[in-house]
Amino acid sequence: MVAHLVRLRLLVLWNSLRRSPWQMVAVILGALYGLGMLALAAAGLVALSAASPDLARTIVVLAGSAVVLGWVIIPLFAAGMDQTLDPAKLVTFPIPLNSLFVGLLVSGVLGIPGVLTLLGALATAGTWWQHPFAALIAVVCAFVGMLTCVVASRMVASISTGLASGRRFREISGIIAFVPLVLLGPIIVFVSSGLRDSSDALPGLAEALSWTPLGAIWSVPADVVLGNGGAAALKFVIALATLALCAWIWRASLSRSQVSPMQSASRKQVQGKLGFFGRLPATPTGAVAARALTYWLRDPRYARQFIIVPLIPVLMLFYANNMQSLGFLNATAPLVALLMSLSIFTDVAYDNTAFALHVSKGVSGVADRAGRVIALGSIALPAVLVLAVATVWISDAWSILPGLLGLTLGVLFSGLGLASVSSSLIVVPVPAPGDSPFKSPPGGGFTTGLMMFAAWGILLVLVIPELALAIIGFTTGQVLFGWIALVVGVVLGAGLLVAGIRVGGARLDRSAAELLARLTRQA
Amino acid sequence: MTESQPQPTHQPQPPDQPPAALSQSAAGPALSIRGLVKAFGENVAVDHIDLDVPAGSFYGLVGPNGAGKTTTLSMATGLLRPDAGQIQVHGIDVWQNLLEAKRLVGVLSDGVKLFDRLSGEQLVTYAGYLSGMSRETVGERVADLLRLLDLEDAAGVLVVDYSAGMTKKIALACALVHAPRLLVLDEPFESVDPVSAANIRDILKGYVTSGGTVIVSSHSMDLVQRMCDHVAVIAAGRVLAAGTVDEVRDGQTLEDRFVELVGGRSHAEGPEWLRIS
Repeated sequence: MVAHLVRLRLLVLWNSLRRSPWQMVAVILGALYGLGMLALAAAGLVALSAASPDLARTIVVLAGSAVVLGWVIIPLFAAGMDQTLDPAKLVTFPIPLNSLFVGLLVSGVLGIPGVLTLLGALATAGTWWQHPFAALIAVVCAFVGMLTCVVASRMVASISTGLASGRRFREISGIIAFVPLVLLGPIIVFVSSGLRDSSDALPGLAEALSWTPLGAIWSVPADVVLGNGGAAALKFVIALATLALCAWIWRASLSRSQVSPMQSASRKQVQGKLGFFGRLPATPTGAVAARALTYWLRDPRYARQFIIVPLIPVLMLFYANNMQSLGFLNATAPLVALLMSLSIFTDVAYDNTAFALHVSKGVSGVADRAGRVIALGSIALPAVLVLAVATVWISDAWSILPGLLGLTLGVLFSGLGLASVSSSLIVVPVPAPGDSPFKSPPGGGFTTGLMMFAAWGILLVLVIPELALAIIGFTTGQVLFGWIALVVGVVLGAGLLVAGIRVGGARLDRSAAELLARLTRQA
Repeated sequence: MTESQPQPTHQPQPPDQPPAALSQSAAGPALSIRGLVKAFGENVAVDHIDLDVPAGSFYGLVGPNGAGKTTTLSMATGLLRPDAGQIQVHGIDVWQNLLEAKRLVGVLSDGVKLFDRLSGEQLVTYAGYLSGMSRETVGERVADLLRLLDLEDAAGVLVVDYSAGMTKKIALACALVHAPRLLVLDEPFESVDPVSAANIRDILKGYVTSGGTVIVSSHSMDLVQRMCDHVAVIAAGRVLAAGTVDEVRDGQTLEDRFVELVGGRSHAEGPEWLRIS
């Protein structure tokens, strides 16, 4: 039975690789990258054997604790992403609990992260090769440590799916997880500069961690080398107790999940709450706008786009700080306008086959296009205006405001016009409704990326007039060019927007059925 | 910013009281299909189908899996462009006058997603506004439909949290909201509980008696035999038999007649190990 589960795990992995050659290439590149990092880490660990045991201990404990912490935290954010062997899907099979437990454990270890962790942990034996007894203990500890990682991670995952079986929670946490990802660059810089300042505190931190479940196991060999037999034994006990406790909790929640499959509670709710449908005009255009606005707030695939509104300024501020020039900050508003307006460049693909409702009700193409534009515009327009004024205020460059506004509005309007045409023409694979917004569907990544770049390129061409005028204004300092840029941006942008809605709408009127057929094929 | 092109205000009667004259005076068929063909690559899904659905009839469309039922209905409702053939709804050529035809037709598609991040009430309201109806009319009809389909308690719940049967019912409400003259329902009773199914049947019967036309596709012969007055048996993209239920079943039960027509029944008793005693 255990062997069956493990084989199932490997089969799923293999089949997901076989789906497309590009996926295979990506995995091979990822594996090479992982192996490269592993080789570096292993070389570093072996090289530590030349350093003093105290230093070696500090580094091994800190790195080990970070690895365990990573294993524990990742499933919190990635819940629902890798459901290779989802216990919930195995409920219907008569699998004894213990077999299931061991099967899931082994298949967890046999994943790529599990193997990498094990090899890395085993490399700590190399750190202590000059002390054969400690090296032997390090091998034992490596296995315990790796098992702890897997078991703790599974425990957190199974507890959090129990807690977070609510759809809403999953969706929100999925979006929040995106924030540190985008800010990774700045975070690394801040953390590493912080570490440089506080390197004196690190041995103390390692010492403290070595008494906690996170770090205990990694400290055992070092304590043996340093002659603290008692401390080593005690820490080994702490580590084993941690492993046992995590395993026990995981097993308990597993046995509960096998009896009571999770289901989302649904509340009774009163009639009469129409939301945007009650406030916007009762026309097809108004209805499409109300529907799109509701989705912008409720569907994580849309809502995640909002993250860029606060994130871009932070990133720009960071680069401005690095480059000692607040000029970077002023690029915020046009950038946000670009990203937001083109975020609907394949809006119909996000509808999935629900678009059939528009087709069967015979919604006019112009109403469909205009509704979507109004929804996004009513969010994006205030956002970019506030950003433009705020950034100019911070960088104290009021003279560039007209030009900046012209460029920003030009980009926003032209982008919305472009998206109105493009989303009536192209259907790219996007996450289906209810999927994680960061999941890229098979064959999606490459084509979607290519289309996205093409859309950005076309938009850049469309805004050349106001871009050129604004840049001339910025560089020469002549405010007149800024004002001309503002007029050109608004007029040209609005023209392109109307044209885009017309062209996209006409296209939709002609071939909504073909578009729906493509959506159906993809779904 | 352009406003939507003004839609001709189309205000048909609510489903329970369409024009009474219709049932008698509707001379032509509600749906007429001639030489319909659709191929997906090599696979010919619909192979020269001719079909007449009389106005005021309750028409069942039965056939094995992959017979071409969904494809035929999609083309008849303007959702899928045929390769060849003619489709008329109440005398209007569907693919020549898409908008006009679509106003006459209400569709419940099988296997199509809904805008499920809307609450049930919002979704039906959305469908109403998309048909170009006024706020008052939509409000009244949505309330009526939610009551008829026993969805009042779930009106404010997001459709994504609905059960399969509730999802079917809300999709049916979307199809009914603009009071079409022809209702095309693909598998409307799948995973609907018996009580709701009976309620839906009553609604549909009332709709037919008052002059509307209903086409349902279904796997349940029993249901079709009891509910429909006309039936067509489709297999491999062709019509094997069509007419009133009594004509088609020819003295047998519809199920027996269906198996006789379609064939493919195997008479094995199942493998040795499945015989428990």
